[in-house]
Amino acid sequence: MSLIKKQGGFIARDRNRQPDAYTPEYKSSVKRSPNAALVSFPSSISEETAPMFGHSMLGELDNDLIHNYARAGESAIGPRIIVHGRVLDEHGNGVPNTLVEVWQANAGGRYRHKKESYIAPLDPNFGGCGRTITDEDGSYELLTIQPGAYPWPNRANDWRPAHIHFSLFGSGFAQRLITQMYFEGDPLIKLCPIVGVLKSQQSVDALTALLDMKHTVPMDSLAYKFDMVLRGRRQTYFENRNEGK
Amino acid sequence: MVQTLNYLKESPSQTAGPYVHIGCAPNFASMKMYDGDLGACMKTGPIKGQEITITGQVLDGTGTPLLDAMIEIWQPDAAGLFPSVNETRGQADPNFTGFGRAASDMNTGIYEFETVKPGVVPWPDGRMQAPHVLFWIVARGINIGLHTRMYFSDEKNANAEDPILTRLEHQNRVPTLLAKKTADGVYGFDIRLQGPQETVFFDI
Ligand SMILES: [Fe+2]
Repeated sequence: MSLIKKQGGFIARDRNRQPDAYTPEYKSSVKRSPNAALVSFPSSISEETAPMFGHSMLGELDNDLIHNYARAGESAIGPRIIVHGRVLDEHGNGVPNTLVEVWQANAGGRYRHKKESYIAPLDPNFGGCGRTITDEDGSYELLTIQPGAYPWPNRANDWRPAHIHFSLFGSGFAQRLITQMYFEGDPLIKLCPIVGVLKSQQSVDALTALLDMKHTVPMDSLAYKFDMVLRGRRQTYFENRNEGK
Repeated sequence: MVQTLNYLKESPSQTAGPYVHIGCAPNFASMKMYDGDLGACMKTGPIKGQEITITGQVLDGTGTPLLDAMIEIWQPDAAGLFPSVNETRGQADPNFTGFGRAASDMNTGIYEFETVKPGVVPWPDGRMQAPHVLFWIVARGINIGLHTRMYFSDEKNANAEDPILTRLEHQNRVPTLLAKKTADGVYGFDIRLQGPQETVFFDI
């Protein structure tokens, strides 16, 4: 008789790790936050499966924001940075072959979007959109420019720290996550009401990428390391008749 | 000293913000990227089962439609199989992706998916769940993506035995999870973020 390692359902989300829905300092949340308690259930196959995206769907420049929107022979303006790291689950295992999508403002803090009206200029060579798929060990890498800080309508004088938005899939729809990466040392981090929805300094730290000199390319690009963690599934060596039918 | 539990903690969520389209639906945001937006088309060829349209709005606590939401759906094919690496019960329809992503219209707030009526899938104890579509909603002002499920109002018998619908404490909230058939093959499903008709959201 041998024991087979089985994947169970998803480990319940630690809601102390996650922001509440209603966070009045971030005004947009006030009328967009459910009042009722979330209804808790164990995951089923609906939440334990997720769409598949293959490496073959990627274009050569999809993870290169400096060039993927630029005219031939030109490049986006701004400090060149590599953003790299791993997507892991709560057990520390790499999450392989999972789609990572990013978007960000340009070096002046301006987004390329119809609803965006900040005075900073658009960069004709910068779209602000990129994507990649993790390797077998969960690693990913992007080339981009350091985004600028920008003001936004909330309280009379709120500014977003420089950040990159990340969207992650995982192997189950229950893992779906959108978050933001901040940069070590940015004095705007502690003033931002969106960062402020996080419940602990550890949570802020978990979203703050460190300068990674070992990964920089001399005379070319600085590097920041940013790991992300998705929910894990229960693991057991025992057959469980109620799981995985 | 006791040992430490060396589990990592899930990354905290942050709002998708108003410019989610740039990263997740760049073509919707008027940028020609990636040969089209991910999840814009759920059918890649002739498909088995009943083709349906799901449409609606996401409404805030004042009843105002969100003009900057992104809605994603995930569902099995007509036979109840998921096009996923974790699907071990059989081979899903090769022309169906199971995954849809739509942005609310910037003027009307209306979203729309062209998909197929899902088959049934099991609950962990082996009972069958009523046909349903998973929904995930993000937008400016939403700090962590909201999970809900859409069931079909014309599946009365299956809904009456569904493991989740039957176990909701507030049975008067079940209708917030039911899509209404508004025309042949068209289902209307509005999501209310707040208020007396607030949609049931899940922590699964
Ligand atoms: Fe942003």
